[in-house]
Amino acid sequence: MGAGHVHVLYRESASPVHRLAPEVKIAAMVLFTVAVVATPREAYWAFGAYALLVAAVAALARVGPRWLLSRALIELPFVLFAFALPFLGTGERVEVAGLSLSVDGLHGAWNILAKGTLGVLASLLLAATTTTRDLIVGLDRLRCPQILTQIATFMLRYLDVLVGEARRMRVARVSRGDDPRFLWQLRGFAAGVGALFLRAFERGERVYLAMLSRGYTGRMPAVWQGAGAATAGQWMAAATVPLAAATIAAVAVVLR
Amino acid sequence: MDTLAMHISNGIIDGPVAAIFAAFALAVLAFCVLRGRRDLDDRLAPMAGLVAAFIFAVQMLNFPIFTAGVSGHLLGGALAALLVGPWVGALCVAVVLVVQALVFGDGGVAMLGLNITNMAILGTAAAYLLIALLLRVLPRTTAGLGVTAFVAALVSVVVASQGFVLQYWLGGTADLGGNLAGLAGTMAGVHLLIGIGEGLITATTVVTVAKVRPDLVYALRARKPAVPAPAVPTAGGLR
Repeated sequence: MGAGHVHVLYRESASPVHRLAPEVKIAAMVLFTVAVVATPREAYWAFGAYALLVAAVAALARVGPRWLLSRALIELPFVLFAFALPFLGTGERVEVAGLSLSVDGLHGAWNILAKGTLGVLASLLLAATTTTRDLIVGLDRLRCPQILTQIATFMLRYLDVLVGEARRMRVARVSRGDDPRFLWQLRGFAAGVGALFLRAFERGERVYLAMLSRGYTGRMPAVWQGAGAATAGQWMAAATVPLAAATIAAVAVVLR
Repeated sequence: MDTLAMHISNGIIDGPVAAIFAAFALAVLAFCVLRGRRDLDDRLAPMAGLVAAFIFAVQMLNFPIFTAGVSGHLLGGALAALLVGPWVGALCVAVVLVVQALVFGDGGVAMLGLNITNMAILGTAAAYLLIALLLRVLPRTTAGLGVTAFVAALVSVVVASQGFVLQYWLGGTADLGGNLAGLAGTMAGVHLLIGIGEGLITATTVVTVAKVRPDLVYALRARKPAVPAPAVPTAGGLR
């Protein structure tokens, strides 16, 4: 579990975006998303411009469009809600292919689709270029309270402990003659969930005490932080994306 | 992995309402940080991490309800409130939500304030108020603790889902007109079912922990001879 905590979405590479300090990327991503959400929904061209911006960053980060779009499918459940809106909405209605659709509902659906997709793509780009460890370092440098980064650090460590314990318990069950299939696995799992929690806790507690005895004070040592803090140049470089997005949003608001 | 019901995506609620709830969530979390620092000792720090990891894993279980395109999942607010207390508990759920939004694109980043308000603050607060009440009223047995955990989890899930209805009423981007009551009904019904599942998981987990290591259950700390269970000495328990 000490192996860098690389999560499933991380794409190993040495692109300029990967080399940026994590705090810079987090700030840029959050500001970009806020600009997108603040854009009036009737400004269709603005969303096209945002998509180009995302595509440019993706190209710079060497993340392929196929990888990005297939991962973006996690937003599918809420897309279903968006498709229901034209039927549920009230007010003025239009006929499209024989169906009576609400104009307001159509706008609402477009709004959710466009802003949701851009938000998901932005966070996927952050995830693809930043390890979880760097993410916590970045949050720490952005003056996130230590109690929060501490909980996040332990959460990411214990996720591995939890998965490992669950696997060991399943192997133990199977080797004692249990033959779980499909949904019936859930029954064995439900019966063991309390035991899983305790076992994971006791293992995690030992890890924590070992950390304490080696001088842990609530913050990870400097070695752990890998790359140094962001330079002014890095802030300037990363600021181009949210600045461009903010300009687009401002123009869209003025033109409305 | 993304859900409308709980993890609100970008664009579902309009900007001003999202900003108001973000400010509200930030203020409440700041207060939780202040109070939580007092709680967080050597025993609670790894527990908080494990509770967060557990909630993270449990939130992956998703129940799609296709009729309205709504889906929901387990929340974990009650479990957090029981095991690490309301302050650290709310922080645990908030951390899970932040990491999900940043790394997995689950729930819009601009909507984090709304999601944190619903799941971390409303859910945990409702759960903790019920826990404080029920633990006083119900008999001090394992069954009493189990019932407390079940009811608190069930109610907290429904309360959190109604938080979304309130936010949609304040700033939904598409006008549903008279369908708002329908939305509230669908959300409540769906989350009642999810709440039962959540209640069962919360109750089994907390009862097991209380049996073996009652010292780990925050809600039982106030009363010492709580659940009559033999204290099993463990490696981690000697301190």
